[in-house]
Amino acid sequence: MENIEQSLKNIDPSLFEPATLEERASAEVTRESVTYWQDAARRFKKNKVALVSIILIALISIFAITIPMISQYGYAQINRGVENQTSSFAHPFGTDTLGRDLLVRCMIGARISILIGLVSATLVVLIGITYGATSGYFGGMLDIIMMRIVDVINAVPSLLIVVLLSVVLKSPMDKLFLQNENLRSIGLLGPGLFSIFIVISLLYWTSMARMTRGQMFALKNQEFVTAARALGSSHGRIIFKHLVPNAMGAIIVSAMVQIPNAIFVESFLSFLGLGVSAPMVSLGSLTSNAISGVYSYPYQLLFPASLISIIILCFNLVGDGLRDALDPRMKR
Amino acid sequence: MLSYIIKRLIISVFTLFIIITITFFLMHTVPGGPFLGEKPLSEAALENLNKKYGLDKPLPVQYYNYLKNALKGDLGESLTKIGQSVSGTIIRAFPVSLKLGLFSMFISTTIGVLFGVIAALKHGAWQDRAVMLTATLGIAVPSFVIATISIIIFSVQLKVLPAYGFDRFEQYIMPGFALSFGSLSFMSRLMRSSMLDVIHQDYIRTAHAKGLKPYVVIFKHALRNAILPIVTYLGPLAAGILTGSFVIEKIFNIPGLGRYFVESITQRDYPTILGVTIFYGAFLIVMNFLVDLSYGIIDPRIKIEK
Repeated sequence: MENIEQSLKNIDPSLFEPATLEERASAEVTRESVTYWQDAARRFKKNKVALVSIILIALISIFAITIPMISQYGYAQINRGVENQTSSFAHPFGTDTLGRDLLVRCMIGARISILIGLVSATLVVLIGITYGATSGYFGGMLDIIMMRIVDVINAVPSLLIVVLLSVVLKSPMDKLFLQNENLRSIGLLGPGLFSIFIVISLLYWTSMARMTRGQMFALKNQEFVTAARALGSSHGRIIFKHLVPNAMGAIIVSAMVQIPNAIFVESFLSFLGLGVSAPMVSLGSLTSNAISGVYSYPYQLLFPASLISIIILCFNLVGDGLRDALDPRMKR
Repeated sequence: MLSYIIKRLIISVFTLFIIITITFFLMHTVPGGPFLGEKPLSEAALENLNKKYGLDKPLPVQYYNYLKNALKGDLGESLTKIGQSVSGTIIRAFPVSLKLGLFSMFISTTIGVLFGVIAALKHGAWQDRAVMLTATLGIAVPSFVIATISIIIFSVQLKVLPAYGFDRFEQYIMPGFALSFGSLSFMSRLMRSSMLDVIHQDYIRTAHAKGLKPYVVIFKHALRNAILPIVTYLGPLAAGILTGSFVIEKIFNIPGLGRYFVESITQRDYPTILGVTIFYGAFLIVMNFLVDLSYGIIDPRIKIEK
């Protein structure tokens, strides 16, 4: 007891004086506060591999857009007398069995492959977010039913159904685009392209939906949601204005996985003859066409094959970089 | 345990039923039917063909018949190879694909696990970087590219491995590796991260402190705990190798079910496409079922009743 009284007496009263202005200034936050996105951008900029990959993708995209425009050859233009030539000044990537310029064909193919990646990922994100957010936000019985449906779709071997759907969609899509006058201009891209969009977005949205649902569960009981509800926001507004933006980091990370995946699926379908329809080309169809002549003309395979590998690799690396930047806990 | 198995079994049967239903009705939405070839058939011939294949009956009846026959193992007859039953072809061609598939699964699991363990033990060293580089490339390069490039190198240039055929062991090597490269890469990454988690845990330090030999610690203590993600990946791996075999069997000219499936797609041989899809679907469902059951054996901590 005495000890305590003794120590109380020893306390220096100067410790309890109000802080001087100088002391107060030193405790003030001097740096600007950093938002989640600024922090992520800072981390991403440190990632050299991901930056190089983005630059490579940008370069390939620029070439893919400009080269077919400035080249004197069309991608389907048959040139007599220059069949199966290797690299030359006139044809830097050589020519194929019909004398078509492989540089232009590869660039058109890169255009189509990147387009397939971006559009399919967008469709997957749209479907996945809407489905997952609805399921996660409302919860209860609706959630159980919606997630059972996802389970069933997941249990079905997806690539098998993709092949099957492509077989089935091929002829009605061809017919639709050839008969309808208004669609003919879009139809130049090839009906195969549209069935690929449909097939991929129909089957690959489930992981996105699951992920969004998980995020909704984590977020929906937080105060800002209660506040929004108290202010009279509708369910749709709460989901898309408040919850989804907060889950954007995780959504972007899983969307980035979809881009190379879609490019991959398309090249697989092209190999089976179910990809984009001729005369349109994709990197996948160029590669699979070159396989038959690979003994005599290996360079015809080399260019599209390395281009598709580089594109998939770059998208993978950018995806990894974004994951590390947006979700630092995942980093290893 | 038993109730879990029964529950899983019901789900598997239900999924299979859905696959059959989806495939059946998808195939019947194809306009024009299967007999619209390049030469138009006469009205009478078409009628006869429709009658022979039961296509003149209403759709629900056809569906019921197909389901009934499929349960008996009868998947109909091929449209292009007259007189050959689809199930007969599956029985003949599947063993070839199975051999190739098992070989590839063996390669990707053993090498994938080995690479992953090495990378984790040498974390940050050149071995780690080499494995990660291979793995990153392996995921990005499509299998048909690997297959053709290895044909160019090993058959055309070096002339050490045959580019086609499937009788002798050396004919297995290239298709096996081409088929397993992607999953091998994925598995090394998976194994590396799971091994890194495990080797920093306390019981590993205890094992080392007890004076156990390093390889005993790695293989008996660490590996057993780190291998679970690999087991979970076996289901998707089977699916990947199976679909990958379409491409690989076509390139290497292997007379397996994959090549046959691709042929039937190009020829629009609907009963075969339907039958093989159902067969593959059933096969993968059984695989997933077995994988699910094996979790409990490998890791008793997982309460599979939940």
